[in-house]
Amino acid sequence: MVVADFSPETINIEQESDIVTARQVGRNMSKQFGFGTITQSRIATSISELARNIYLYAGTGTITISPIEREGMIGLQITANDSGPGIPDIRQALDDGYSTSGALGAGLPGVRRMMDEFEIHSTLGEGTRVVVVKWSDQAKEE
Amino acid sequence: MVTRSFQEEYVKILRDYLSAQGEDQLYGAQQLGKWMLSRDISPEEITDLHARALEQLGEVPEFVRSSFSILTEVMIEYGNEHRSVNSWRNRHQQMESEIAVAKAMQQSLLPSEVPVYPELEIGVVSIAAKQISGDYYDFIGQNEGRFGVAIADITGKGMPAAMCMSMVKYAIDSLGQMELGPDEMLHHLNRIVGRNIDPSMFVTMLFGSYDSKEHCFRYATAGHEPGFLYRSAEGKFYDLEGRGNALGLCPNSEYEVQEIRLEINDVLILLTDGVTECKNNRYYLQREELVHHLQKEVGESAQKMANGLYNRLLLLSQFDLLDDYTMIVLRRT
Repeated sequence: MVVADFSPETINIEQESDIVTARQVGRNMSKQFGFGTITQSRIATSISELARNIYLYAGTGTITISPIEREGMIGLQITANDSGPGIPDIRQALDDGYSTSGALGAGLPGVRRMMDEFEIHSTLGEGTRVVVVKWSDQAKEE
Repeated sequence: MVTRSFQEEYVKILRDYLSAQGEDQLYGAQQLGKWMLSRDISPEEITDLHARALEQLGEVPEFVRSSFSILTEVMIEYGNEHRSVNSWRNRHQQMESEIAVAKAMQQSLLPSEVPVYPELEIGVVSIAAKQISGDYYDFIGQNEGRFGVAIADITGKGMPAAMCMSMVKYAIDSLGQMELGPDEMLHHLNRIVGRNIDPSMFVTMLFGSYDSKEHCFRYATAGHEPGFLYRSAEGKFYDLEGRGNALGLCPNSEYEVQEIRLEINDVLILLTDGVTECKNNRYYLQREELVHHLQKEVGESAQKMANGLYNRLLLLSQFDLLDDYTMIVLRRT
């Protein structure tokens, strides 16, 4: 597989149907990447959670899905960006007890577990940026 | 399961069941379920396992195949919850072990043995209602056959009470050097406790000094549950007199000394409110009832008496200890 064959896609999240679009793009891309059905669904679910947080709390934002390669590994990277209210307490948002609250950031602990890498930056009043990566078992083709 | 993968085992159970539909395959499936749970196989993986097993067993209609996408999607949420519960479990275990360490540390604050004096027996029972106790007691060696005895109840239970207890212990240790009278001891402790604990907390205490030559007990109380004095000659129990504010409530509290002389076979019973607040079904035990139970233990050695009463009250409360329980029995022989 040659990562360069895939180009990143960015989906604007403005209405609920955009969440579905983002899921679809993520699922298609992960299928082409050769991820198994469960991983495909986990990637779609993670995109869903990230996009929903944007839709519900920030109003608008973007989801970018891009292939990445690092040290001979290939994977999918999902970046969620918004200029919403920001998450006041990231540690709390990543706490399992919080995940059922339905509040902003709920669902993040699940995303963190389903993905291989998880990164979050949030500033109150400025917005939130979440970057997650799922690595493929397949090595990059030279 | 040792010789083949659980995926193969699943296919086999499914194949056998589809041809015979026997209870033994269902039993096998249940056992496999336990095994998969122990290996943290998630619900969505099992959904996928089932879909793939079907493919191996025959022609799967397209609508069945597609339906698994819906099931997988739903199961992912259950999978997330499953993983989350596992992480809670780990955290819970970590906290349990921290509490076990705290409990051991707290245990080390309490005396490991009772002092020994001629013509005097001392018995102690001290039980925490939960892991960490809010009850404190200590014996402090003094000069010329005398020793100090402290029994205290710290408001609340658990960690805050335990932290407060260590402060009380160190304060008593250092004040103990000064050979203070019981009233002065409480006076100083009140200042120290008041300055160092949260205003919402306080400590009730009885502090006494027992002279093992004269068998004279001088004590003062700070809002503490009165104990009992058993007069052997009369066969009667009396409440220990005494009043004074609990420690930590008001900075200038004063305390008064009471003095009792024990005759042969007289018994002093010091306790915390866990003893008097034992519950008999829905009703708290009345003091008269407690005396009634104490009466039945009279004549035993001090430790036997303490043990006996604890067993009686535990039975009465149906083995459900609501509060930390401490009783010290001093018996002149």
